[in-house]
Amino acid sequence: MSIEKLKTDIAIQFKQAGKCYVNGSEKQMVLQNITGDVPAGAVVTLVGPSGSGKSTLLSLCNLLLTPDEGEVRIEGKEVREWDVNKLRQHAALAFQTAPMIPGTVHDNLMLAARLHDISLQSPEELIQYVGLSKNILPRSAEELSGGQKQRVALARTLVNQSSILMLDEMTSALDPSAAKEIEELIIKIHKDEQKTILWVTHDLEQARRVGDYTWLLANGRLIEKAETHSFFHYPEKELTRRFLQGELAGGKDL
Amino acid sequence: MSLFTLSLALVFVGLAILLSSGLKLGLEKDMVIAVVRSAVQLLVIGYVLTFVFSSNSPFFTIVMVVLMIAVAAQNIVKRKYGFPKLGWRVVVTLFAIEAVSMLFLIGLNIIPPAPRYIIPFSGMIIGSSMIIASLLLNRLNAEIISRKAEINVVLSLGGTPKQAVHMILKDAVRASMIPSIDSAKTIGLVQLPGMMTGQIIAGADPVQAVRFQLIIVFSSLATAALTSIILGSLIYPALFNKHQQLSFKEY
Ligand SMILES: Nc1ncnc2c1ncn2[C@@H]1O[C@H](COP(=O)(O)OP(=O)(O)OP(=O)(O)O)[C@@H](O)[C@H]1O
Ligand SMILES: [Mg+2]
Repeated sequence: MSIEKLKTDIAIQFKQAGKCYVNGSEKQMVLQNITGDVPAGAVVTLVGPSGSGKSTLLSLCNLLLTPDEGEVRIEGKEVREWDVNKLRQHAALAFQTAPMIPGTVHDNLMLAARLHDISLQSPEELIQYVGLSKNILPRSAEELSGGQKQRVALARTLVNQSSILMLDEMTSALDPSAAKEIEELIIKIHKDEQKTILWVTHDLEQARRVGDYTWLLANGRLIEKAETHSFFHYPEKELTRRFLQGELAGGKDL
Repeated sequence: MSLFTLSLALVFVGLAILLSSGLKLGLEKDMVIAVVRSAVQLLVIGYVLTFVFSSNSPFFTIVMVVLMIAVAAQNIVKRKYGFPKLGWRVVVTLFAIEAVSMLFLIGLNIIPPAPRYIIPFSGMIIGSSMIIASLLLNRLNAEIISRKAEINVVLSLGGTPKQAVHMILKDAVRASMIPSIDSAKTIGLVQLPGMMTGQIIAGADPVQAVRFQLIIVFSSLATAALTSIILGSLIYPALFNKHQQLSFKEY
């Protein structure tokens, strides 16, 4: 295997990446020394207490935030060297709240196509692919239920045919059955399109079910990264054990 | 009108001050300041205008216009919106508006190129432009804060900053123009415009006064559209950094 091939087998690579926020005169490190690889085609589930920096980490990957330290490489190329619009088409990000653009479901579905001036063959097919009826297309997107919005948000990112999909707590606000349906939809997308998925979830059962690898983030540090099975059954770090037992609520007691 | 008769009008203010203290509104001090300031400012302007008109020199006219733009810009910027480097953008907008309006009004011979016309018209145009600019910034500020998620959705799909703010900018531009359009629709029905009233009181033919007022109405509609569009397109690039991230500080 050539070096080039090896390089691109890693979809996302963090190299001592760090991020700080400046609040007035105070500087707060929210991510420190993050090093890890997300293999192409894998599902990595990212867990951690609230405020540990999970969303921030995702935003570094599509340059919605700029790393202050270290590097983040997408398919071998540092995010700041990418053409940013191409990068974001390549590494899609779906937000926790699935914010809708004012307008119809159809407008939301067509958003990426409109932005990049490409024609979408069949919005009907796409909406059915994510498990919604095509009758929903002319409806106002704002009136949809939480689960329906998440489906539309997923469909919206699919238009770009990204090779990487980052999901930020997509199912947190949903009831268990709706959450399970979205989870199955994501698994289907993963199977059909061979996407690399970086999946933030606070549902540990979900993280265990869907992950190939699982990472634990606490207080801005990557505490443990392992194959999902061993992460849950043979955690190496004391902190991971405590987290799995539900003892790490906030980030403060670390 | 003598200064004595003018001072009789102060009786009105005295009444308001009495009411304010009677009802414990706590506005007496502000009212006194307002009376003194308006009297001093207007009397000074009266003398300055007399001087500028009689000197009939383009230099003083330009100084007056520049001063008006400076004060208007200062008035807009002091409100501390989250927009970076707002000052020069506002100044450029106001200059552009003033230049376009004067080219139009003088070029088409709608008003004669004399200080007596240029200065009051400039004042009204810059003044209404200032109000429109404030409305636009206010609205844009609020919309960006409440619609941040929407902007980030577009950016995350690989959209450009321009695409990301397009809808929001359009809404803010619309909102800033609506009051001008509405007031143009009802003008003369509810309230006679100040300038027209002034001319009529000073003895001008009402029809003549109406003609001038119509020039004002038409130019403020044009100004409203131009101000919003120019300022809007100058301002949106400043909302994003070089990595196409929304970099907007909330105040
Ligand atoms: N724009 C910001 N300015 C300052 N601090 C921020 C900002 N965004 C996030 N933070 C802080 O950074 C830290 C990490 O936030 P982040 O949203 O990445 O956590 P998270 O792990 O996604 O949490 P949650 O599970 O609640 O979504 C938190 O302490 C948060 O308060
Ligand atoms: Mg989060």
